Amino acid sequence: MQRSILDPTSESNPAMRNRRSPPKSLAGLTIGLLDIGKRRSDNFLDQVEVRLVEHGLNVRRYAKPTNARTAPEPVKQAIAAECDVVVEGLAD
Amino acid sequence: MKPGATNTNKPSALVLGDGLIAFVKRECPTCELVAPVLADIAASNNLIVFSQDDPTFPETISSVRDDSQLESSFHLDVEIVPTLIRISNGKEVDRTLGWNRDEWQHMTGIDNLGSGLPINQPGCGSLSTGPGIAEELMIRFGKTNFVARSIPLPEYDDDVEACYERGWSDGLPVTPPTPVRVMRMLAGTTRDPQEIIGLVPPKLAPCTVEKIAINAVMAGCRPEYLPVVLAAIEAALIDDFAMHGVLCTTSFAGPMVIVNGPVCQAIGLNSGMNVLGQGTRANSTIGRALQLIIRNIGGGIPGEIDRAMHGNPAKVGLCFAENEEQSCWESLSVERGFAPAVSTVSLWAGEGTQGVSDDLSRDPESLCRSWAASLMTIGHIRRTGRNDVLIVVSPENQRVFCDAGWDKTKLRERLFTLTTRQGRDIISGLDGMAPGIPPGRGAEMIPKFRAEGIHFVHAGGPAGMVSTIIPSWSATGIRGTNLVTVPIKN
Repeated sequence: MQRSILDPTSESNPAMRNRRSPPKSLAGLTIGLLDIGKRRSDNFLDQVEVRLVEHGLNVRRYAKPTNARTAPEPVKQAIAAECDVVVEGLAD
Repeated sequence: MKPGATNTNKPSALVLGDGLIAFVKRECPTCELVAPVLADIAASNNLIVFSQDDPTFPETISSVRDDSQLESSFHLDVEIVPTLIRISNGKEVDRTLGWNRDEWQHMTGIDNLGSGLPINQPGCGSLSTGPGIAEELMIRFGKTNFVARSIPLPEYDDDVEACYERGWSDGLPVTPPTPVRVMRMLAGTTRDPQEIIGLVPPKLAPCTVEKIAINAVMAGCRPEYLPVVLAAIEAALIDDFAMHGVLCTTSFAGPMVIVNGPVCQAIGLNSGMNVLGQGTRANSTIGRALQLIIRNIGGGIPGEIDRAMHGNPAKVGLCFAENEEQSCWESLSVERGFAPAVSTVSLWAGEGTQGVSDDLSRDPESLCRSWAASLMTIGHIRRTGRNDVLIVVSPENQRVFCDAGWDKTKLRERLFTLTTRQGRDIISGLDGMAPGIPPGRGAEMIPKFRAEGIHFVHAGGPAGMVSTIIPSWSATGIRGTNLVTVPIKN
């Protein structure tokens, strides 16, 4: 008799999407800075923002409430709607 | 009817013509007894005889049907041999089990049938109801309803190795999840195998009772553990537990299962000696099942999305029961709002264990101070307000508090106070040690723990003035994880 076992996995994999090509230039684009909620992420991103603004770039700031959970949908949607590129940073 | 299959679909080969059907086996003395009677019946009736173990038996019948595969016995739900069934218009209208002269005469319409035999003789068990065979027959002849993909194995393939090769193991051998084993596992719950319990992180994959049962088989669970495993999954998927974060943190933590209520004795969960160690099947496999589900269904693979730096040995799976019977405190589940008769699972995001031994304290204040000093090292001796703590209190330690009338609330408040420190004692740079609070907070009184972040469970062997500290991971409260408790449903 044919032996068989049952698959314990979800039998699915997340769809792989190709990364968007990085822009040739940041000029005129809006850059999102996402603080993931780790301590001192804000210190790090503050400095990144200063440097970007010095180059005359548009910067918008976003934050996850906590690093222990994935970003809430409204945060992800706001970044997608308002930004051309995003920097997701942390610093312990 | 067992979940996952049905035997109501008769095979086309078993079109029932009107007349009588008998099921027998040679090894049954009652079947031997009725062999001549069957010949008498066949002489004047349309009789079909199925033999379960020897198609040459009974020799009194010329064309016995071989039912050694038990297909017809299965489809006609034969439990005893001999069984005599009358079919009319293609349907069963009468059945008798064993030998009873009056009943056989009534069913056959033959007077004086078996007149030389005893009036009554019980039959024997049908081979189709032998130990462990029911689920085999369900799989072989029934209509299985498994949704999970069935993976055929080559005849000589090692089934344990096959599970390793597919990446389904936590490193230890798993029990191969054959359809029969999964069917037996599903008998441990009344819940629909296709009920979706929730979305398991990190993939947020839908998780059915059937998939949980498959992983519970692999972990080594018995069917009666399944409701506890299901509750553990339900607890892990509560947002307040933050399973995604517990999984992907670089910290040490993993989910630890604490069980309260009558189910503990019912399934043999250990709450006594070596309660956090090896040696008891329920303890060793329930927590493992939870972790296998996170791995196999959720995709939480160590070294991939599980980013733990060191992890801890309990991440293979840890489950234990509270000793409620010998406790002078209300149990963890009662403290959390459940009635004593309600069995529950609580889930703790624990980092590992740290023993605290105090052979000398005979009054609660001394023991409390011992514990407070030992608790300071959690995370880091100067860390504050980030880790919660669960203390597994041994019977001998609990007695010190109970003899003095201390309940959990009093103990918790005293520990909170004793672990609240002057800021200047833990400022950064003090004693040449970089970690600490900013010097500007030196005048503050700073708690080590959240007031609601100190928990107690009574468990452990009868001898020893020791208890076990289990720190939570460092993201607690609104930032991360709270202890969660859910009722166990059957």
